[in-house]
Amino acid sequence: MNNVVYHLEKVSKAYGSREVLRVGFLKIQQGEIFGIVGPSGAGKSTLLRLLDFLESPTSGQLHFTNCYSSNGSRAPLDVRRRVTTVFQRPVLLNTSVYGNVAYGLKIRGDKEVRRKVEGALEQVGLLDMATERARFLSGGEAQRVALARAMVIEPEVLLLDEPTANLDPYNVGLIEDIVADLNRERGTTIVLVTHNVFQAKRLAQRAALLLEGKVVEVAPVQDFFEAPRDPRTAAFVRGEMVY
Amino acid sequence: MIQAIQLIIIRDPALMQIVAVSLRVTGTALLFSTLVGIPLGSWLGLTRFLGRRLVIALLYTGMGFPPVVVGLFVYLMLSRSGPLGSLELSLIPRLFTVNAMVVAQVIISFPLVAGFTMAAVMGVDPNLRQQVLSLGATNLQATLAILMEARLGVIVSIIAGFGSIISEVGAVMMVGGNIESATRVLTTAIVLETSKGNFDLAMALGIILLALSFLANVMMLRLQGRAFEP
Repeated sequence: MNNVVYHLEKVSKAYGSREVLRVGFLKIQQGEIFGIVGPSGAGKSTLLRLLDFLESPTSGQLHFTNCYSSNGSRAPLDVRRRVTTVFQRPVLLNTSVYGNVAYGLKIRGDKEVRRKVEGALEQVGLLDMATERARFLSGGEAQRVALARAMVIEPEVLLLDEPTANLDPYNVGLIEDIVADLNRERGTTIVLVTHNVFQAKRLAQRAALLLEGKVVEVAPVQDFFEAPRDPRTAAFVRGEMVY
Repeated sequence: MIQAIQLIIIRDPALMQIVAVSLRVTGTALLFSTLVGIPLGSWLGLTRFLGRRLVIALLYTGMGFPPVVVGLFVYLMLSRSGPLGSLELSLIPRLFTVNAMVVAQVIISFPLVAGFTMAAVMGVDPNLRQQVLSLGATNLQATLAILMEARLGVIVSIIAGFGSIISEVGAVMMVGGNIESATRVLTTAIVLETSKGNFDLAMALGIILLALSFLANVMMLRLQGRAFEP
């Protein structure tokens, strides 16, 4: 159990009477890049919100390392602060690039804000734009700021929700490299949600297909793409409709 | 105009007294309105609960409440035979005092502060809250981040609250009584001097009121600071 970050047992999430997620069993290992693919509306973002403790499961158990199990109420702050998400559409604060990256450190009362922010900005290649106003950035730059403000707090788990949808290939390449480096050098556990199967193939070590709120298949990435057990996985990785 | 300048230059003690009471009443009332209005507006803008629409409808009504009606209400409440005045508690201000005027002005201005704050907060991208929570913010920190994003509108709310009470005459006249060197403020002094036919003095007081209002607004705009840049 030591190297398991998330352990989900019969976790479901419903909004009103509409159930959007039902995961019987899922384990995410420490230090891996775990890809979750599936069509839109499959419950991928809902699953990430549960993993980020932004919402609680309607039923079932969500265990996080050895220190927290979901119990219906919100996870304590120190648990929540070990995980963060980079969203598909980042909402930046109306301040400088520097101010945005510093935010997560300031609310934690960190003492080394300057050094850490500069380090994170350097990693995403935006150090020379530190004083620019965040709202004037391009989409790719804004997403790199979002990545920097997430990395700067040194999370144990980084959740990525379609981080490169709508970005140009140059920025997609940059962001994928940064994520891969982060995983390799700091051992950060990464859960990557994407509808882009090629991105999952490039980055992830294991992948899961989510379909209509259910996990269809979980497999090491090579098996997932080259020898899927489930015909729906095979269809999805070939780019066919699987509804 | 010349008389106004003369009065200011010689620091006419009666005038200085009136200005001081005006600033004290409006400043204190604005402080309380802000302390009540900004949290109330944030709460209404950020949460959904049963009866929220009713509270908002009441708030909007409060934003257009005639000051004389507020004055009448506070008068009846605080008068010796009124429900609050008859209690004779030390916390409840007596009629015809500066504190009674503050109470009336708080009732006039806090709905404006709350209403404009609510609108400003609702204009902030709803995804921002989730994203700052994800970065590890507490609920309070997330709300403060949203208020910071809405700061342009939040300061407009304070300016609107200020504007509604610095220039207000009906309520302060009724509950303050326009008592010389006690509860006389610029607006009530203007009414009095005009009715006495002292139009020069009334004009002078009016110019001073305008100048004070202008200065206060310039100071608040400085607070908005960089938020005004495109």
